[in-house]
Amino acid sequence: MDRSIFIQMNEISKTFGTIRANHNINLTVCQGEVHALLGENGAGKSTLMNMLSGIYSPDSGSIFIHGKEVHFTSPKESIAMGIGMIHQHFKLVDVLTAKENIILGQKGNFFVNQKKLAQQIRQISQKFGLEIEPDKKIYDMSVGEKQTVEIVKVLYRGADILILDEPTAVLTPQETRKLFQIINKMKEEGCAVIIITHKLHEVMEIADKITVLRKGETVGTVNKSDTTPKALTDLMVGRSVDLSIERVAVEKKERLLQVEHLTVQDSEKVHVLDDVSFTLSTGEILGVAGVAGSGQKELCESIAGLCTVQRGDIVYNGENIVGETPRDIIKRGISMSFVPEDRLGMGLVASMDIVDNLILKEYQNQKGLFIYRKPVKKKAKQIIQRLDIQTPGVHHPVKQLSGGNIQKVLLGREIDSGPQLLITAYPVRGLDIGASHVIYDLLNEQKQKDVGILFVGEDLDVLLELSDRIMVLCEGKITGIVDAKSATKEQIGLLMGGAALAEDQEVKQDD
Amino acid sequence: MNASFFAAAIVAGTPLLFATLGEIITERVGQLNLGVEGMMLMGAVVGFQVGLATSNPFLALLGAMAAGAFGALIYAFLTVSLRANQVVSGLTLTIFGTGFSSFMGKSLIGEIMPENIRTFWKADIPILRDIPFIGKVFFQQDLFVYLGYITAIALGIYLYRTRAGLNVRAVGESAPAADSSGIHVVLYKYVHILMGGALCGLGGAYLSLVYVPAWQENVTAGRGWIAVALVIFVVWSPYKALIGAYLFGGLDILGFRLQGYNIKISQYIIDMLPYIATILVLVVGSIRHSKENAPPKGLGVPYFREER
Repeated sequence: MDRSIFIQMNEISKTFGTIRANHNINLTVCQGEVHALLGENGAGKSTLMNMLSGIYSPDSGSIFIHGKEVHFTSPKESIAMGIGMIHQHFKLVDVLTAKENIILGQKGNFFVNQKKLAQQIRQISQKFGLEIEPDKKIYDMSVGEKQTVEIVKVLYRGADILILDEPTAVLTPQETRKLFQIINKMKEEGCAVIIITHKLHEVMEIADKITVLRKGETVGTVNKSDTTPKALTDLMVGRSVDLSIERVAVEKKERLLQVEHLTVQDSEKVHVLDDVSFTLSTGEILGVAGVAGSGQKELCESIAGLCTVQRGDIVYNGENIVGETPRDIIKRGISMSFVPEDRLGMGLVASMDIVDNLILKEYQNQKGLFIYRKPVKKKAKQIIQRLDIQTPGVHHPVKQLSGGNIQKVLLGREIDSGPQLLITAYPVRGLDIGASHVIYDLLNEQKQKDVGILFVGEDLDVLLELSDRIMVLCEGKITGIVDAKSATKEQIGLLMGGAALAEDQEVKQDD
Repeated sequence: MNASFFAAAIVAGTPLLFATLGEIITERVGQLNLGVEGMMLMGAVVGFQVGLATSNPFLALLGAMAAGAFGALIYAFLTVSLRANQVVSGLTLTIFGTGFSSFMGKSLIGEIMPENIRTFWKADIPILRDIPFIGKVFFQQDLFVYLGYITAIALGIYLYRTRAGLNVRAVGESAPAADSSGIHVVLYKYVHILMGGALCGLGGAYLSLVYVPAWQENVTAGRGWIAVALVIFVVWSPYKALIGAYLFGGLDILGFRLQGYNIKISQYIIDMLPYIATILVLVVGSIRHSKENAPPKGLGVPYFREER
């Protein structure tokens, strides 16, 4: 097959205020090629792709699509050139159906020809092996289904260049495999596919070529056949990195937490946690796996006393703590750090400095009317030193720190209070490999101090390496609790998809 | 309750209907415009002035719509182009519109619409007018009332059946999603805010041209605010706006009628009825939760493409 060049980006630069997001980046993608864009958070991957999709326009540099130079000023122009981007946070309208989302913004007759549209959608889905229910509303869909709608939407517009921004971040391993089949199908049909990711094993599985970005600059483009995951990581981080995570062994376990039949409803009376029961011992890391929104947040919040419990008991050190105020629960030695998607929304006040953020939890232990900053300042300095937090000083607003450093402040504060039970959700969300390992080491250190840790994570590889046991949630129910030493990723993936443990074993026998 | 009561309810509901429809189309593109009262007053005074000066009913209508749209244009420029706070901008527009109508209306106080305009609107619909009861209530009215029916139904078809309407809903729900689908978000917002303003102007003009065919200060008497609440009551649906507006029109008329029965309730209490109902609507509206009947998700959220 004669492979023509589909995308050529030369010397692209883009700055946001004082942040240099992209600097002289070059990228070439050919027809029938799956090109992975690899880099840590903040390396400029998404910025670069947003320039291809017309959301940002570059400050300097040139873009050629199908050999023609383009200057996109809106997504509309990008779509017209056959570029389709599937964003990390889906750009779908929840209250509309799949069909309506697909034709959004398309030219055509004033009234929509429903019959013809349904037929076109069927054609596309058959061609690429996609499963879609055109009349289902987006809010009724699983993440995987939403992604399928996004893909059909892009293909319906006749795109032959597809950009997928971290498409597997929210998928189960099974859904990921399906997605990769679809990507391969697109490749056969002569499309060019760019996939943004920081998961190395996926890159090695799907990509033909890999471009590595670091701090807004191109580090290099390599063929998959010429590289290894280790070599890619070193390129990404810029130094040699040890990829393994230690699982420290701790003896003498006592039961610390026992959750029985915990049930929580949301405002629409839907059971977000349904009859959840498990135990956690001292010196144990219990990993929690599940597709985003499976009840992880409610689980953390109900233990921390932030969420109304409909039914069930949370027994901590032999006492039921359901119904106690968050302050009482903190006093008992339970500490929670939850890193939400925007990474700042919970636990820290963005515009306050480190000292004041520490005082938020500290002031109740102080006597008198006024706040004493001095002892807290000393503590802040200790935390900064111990966790190697990069900040111009203790009085710098936390929002101006990088994501990794913010998360270190949050975790540092929680650990500083000397908890006996540490609940931590997504502590490495968006962190690069180096910073993640600092956090894992911190958790292991706490574990050795006999702290019980409930670790809600996203990355199954990390969960398998770090945890002692893994509990899998699916739609608010526990589908299984497995021993992390013997469990496999496939097994957990199936549980995440809702298969019960016994059924899962049956499936295995069938295979 | 006889047919004449219901017929009067429809007349009283018509200005509410136009204003509610105007606010629906505005909120459907994600813009909360609290300037309804102001735009109605601007439409009322300009419509009246033009009618008085030209004795031409069509020019009076056009003038009223242009005045409402002009108010909306100020709002659109502030909130869409400059991304100013929508609540503050809308409130300011109401204050501006109120002042504008008082100022322009000063010389109009006591003036009465020319005879030809006052009688121009009255028109029965042949055949339909002869249906018992229904004919009297719905089809022995004036042109404005019929225009109200048509506008509500046309707007419903537009929103739910056409491509452009689909795009409107997408812009209001999620401007980023609409933008990345190739919809010109800013253009859609401007067009529909102006459309909304014109409809509000029309609602105001009905009051000054037909309902009270003489000029009186603050002729809207808070109807703009009722319309804002009605939008929530009718869950952003043009069809349901028909029911909501006429229901509130009925409450308005009920006040008048009760006076006739010599009931010993203070006139002020009776006058409060539509406003108390409005508060109840807001309370009920905030209790009710459903994904289909929720406000447009992007309501009140300014959109800037390159924001990170």
